[in-house]
Amino acid sequence: MKKITLVALMVGTLAISACSQDRFNAADAANSGANAGGVNDPTSAAYFNQSIGDRVLFEVDQSTLNPQAEAVLAQQAQWLSSNQAYSAIIEGHADEQGTREYNVALGARRASAVQSYLIERGVAPNRLKTVSYGKERPLAICSDESCYAQNRRAVTVLTTGAGT
Amino acid sequence: MTMNKLLAYALALLALAPVLSATPAQAQQGPLRIEITEGVIEPLPFAVPTFQAETGGAGAYAEEISRVIAADLSGTGLFREIPSSAFISNVTNFASPIQYADWKAVNAQALITGAVAESGGQITVKFRVYDVVSGAELGQGLQFTGTADGIRRIAHKVADTVYSRITGESGYFDSRVVFVSESGPKNARRKRIAVMDYDGANVKYLTDAESLVFAPRFSPDGTRVLYTSYETGQPQIFVLEVGSAQRRSLGTGGGNMAFSPRFSPDGQAIIFSLEQGGNSDIYRMDVNGGSIQQLTSSPAIETAPSFSPDGSRIVFESDRSGTQQLYVMSANGGEAQRISFGPGRYGTPVWSPRGDLVAFTKQNSGRFHIGVMRTDGSEERLLTASFLDEGPTWAPNGRVIMFTRESQGADGAPGLYSVDISGRNLRRVPTPDAASDPSWGPLQN
Repeated sequence: MKKITLVALMVGTLAISACSQDRFNAADAANSGANAGGVNDPTSAAYFNQSIGDRVLFEVDQSTLNPQAEAVLAQQAQWLSSNQAYSAIIEGHADEQGTREYNVALGARRASAVQSYLIERGVAPNRLKTVSYGKERPLAICSDESCYAQNRRAVTVLTTGAGT
Repeated sequence: MTMNKLLAYALALLALAPVLSATPAQAQQGPLRIEITEGVIEPLPFAVPTFQAETGGAGAYAEEISRVIAADLSGTGLFREIPSSAFISNVTNFASPIQYADWKAVNAQALITGAVAESGGQITVKFRVYDVVSGAELGQGLQFTGTADGIRRIAHKVADTVYSRITGESGYFDSRVVFVSESGPKNARRKRIAVMDYDGANVKYLTDAESLVFAPRFSPDGTRVLYTSYETGQPQIFVLEVGSAQRRSLGTGGGNMAFSPRFSPDGQAIIFSLEQGGNSDIYRMDVNGGSIQQLTSSPAIETAPSFSPDGSRIVFESDRSGTQQLYVMSANGGEAQRISFGPGRYGTPVWSPRGDLVAFTKQNSGRFHIGVMRTDGSEERLLTASFLDEGPTWAPNGRVIMFTRESQGADGAPGLYSVDISGRNLRRVPTPDAASDPSWGPLQN
């Protein structure tokens, strides 16, 4: 029993000292403002994330892009075309109403739908990668539709550097 | 980590050697028999007087072993322990004749007596099982030997023997479960692969929390674990040795996402999902590398494959009909037969170790269920219902299912539960933190 308790305490400590994932979004959102690199600088990631919108939402169990999503993605494509220094990882996500493996596959469909649209709009395929987190990384944590709707998303996460 | 080695050394098991000058084993056809059927409602009362300490240092071991045996048997829901406070007589000498009348008087139908000796770090446990109603021993006395840190395993071995003698089926107490230990808030969960005894004891962590992981799966021999990790940034399949916690990528994905792996019954091959251009299909490859064989080819989501125990067929889920449903195909792929036809959606099918049933997760009308059906889809039976139940795994004897149950809301967290395949005896499996994705390993040697 002592052994088990000790290990459990270590987990607690790890959780407290957990660092957030190293993402361009998080770093840039923090210094949004009028300066270069801020939200008013149209070449900045902060501008992309906030003024254009880095994400699109989906209906339950769907990966079809609605007109609203297409409008956002059209602007994303345009921005990526004028800001060649950036590449992107498109993250697909699902809400918690579903089994784990299926949701990973569903998130992959969503990410791929966004990727295909951006490529159609002229973004070079080698600048776009996809990853699915399924239901593993919800944004909103309540268990009703108001949260689920925010979690059924695909997020275009900017990265610096040319594509591969 | 060396915990597996520890365990291996801990239990230098004298393989079920009958050492007592006992009466010969009798093929018991008397009343002390539980036929495990739907009809068993009244658990069989049993007594486990604390085992005798035969040497000075053995008292604490005797106490713990007796408690573990009683907990194992009671935990099945098939047995009910008679508390020692009710005992009329006690067993003061393992070799003395049993006073059957005293045990009948407290309504015990089975009596388990034992003795524990400690010598030079070795613990030796002797035990006998009695049919109180018939006034006869059930089977022969046995002994197990191991070291002090293996005494829970020795107790599980004793309980497995008792379970097996009374039910006629093999037990599942000396087995382990690999699972995901979870901590942190719902939107930033930290997950680690962990392994524990089937009853939640002896938790050991096999990965750190640096990378998101999910759905670990034991190899058939319990020495390795397949799992999906985001270590490279993409979901990829890894295999780790339980004993050393050494892990390696199977290189299944290339640049694509690979997930949902399971071993073949011989442990040589794996089946898994590979995503290409947003579409997930099922593939097979040799666990030591080699060519990858595509088993499904459709624009639908195909995932969660599981082999039949003879290795000839695979059950999996697909939304090729428009919603998630269960299908069975040959182990080499090809045409698949749909087997789920009830209302709602079906996922995460797992073939039972006996080959007779498929366990699954079902979603219907906003509720989740764990259920079982025959492998042709007939006789569907839902065992549980909650906000979110998913991911069943079978006990090695095919009698019990463990699964993940997640509670609702912002503070919701997953835990492990077990349920009998009759739908009775739903129990929470204790874990030090939140836990998900159990995979039940084999009965240990």
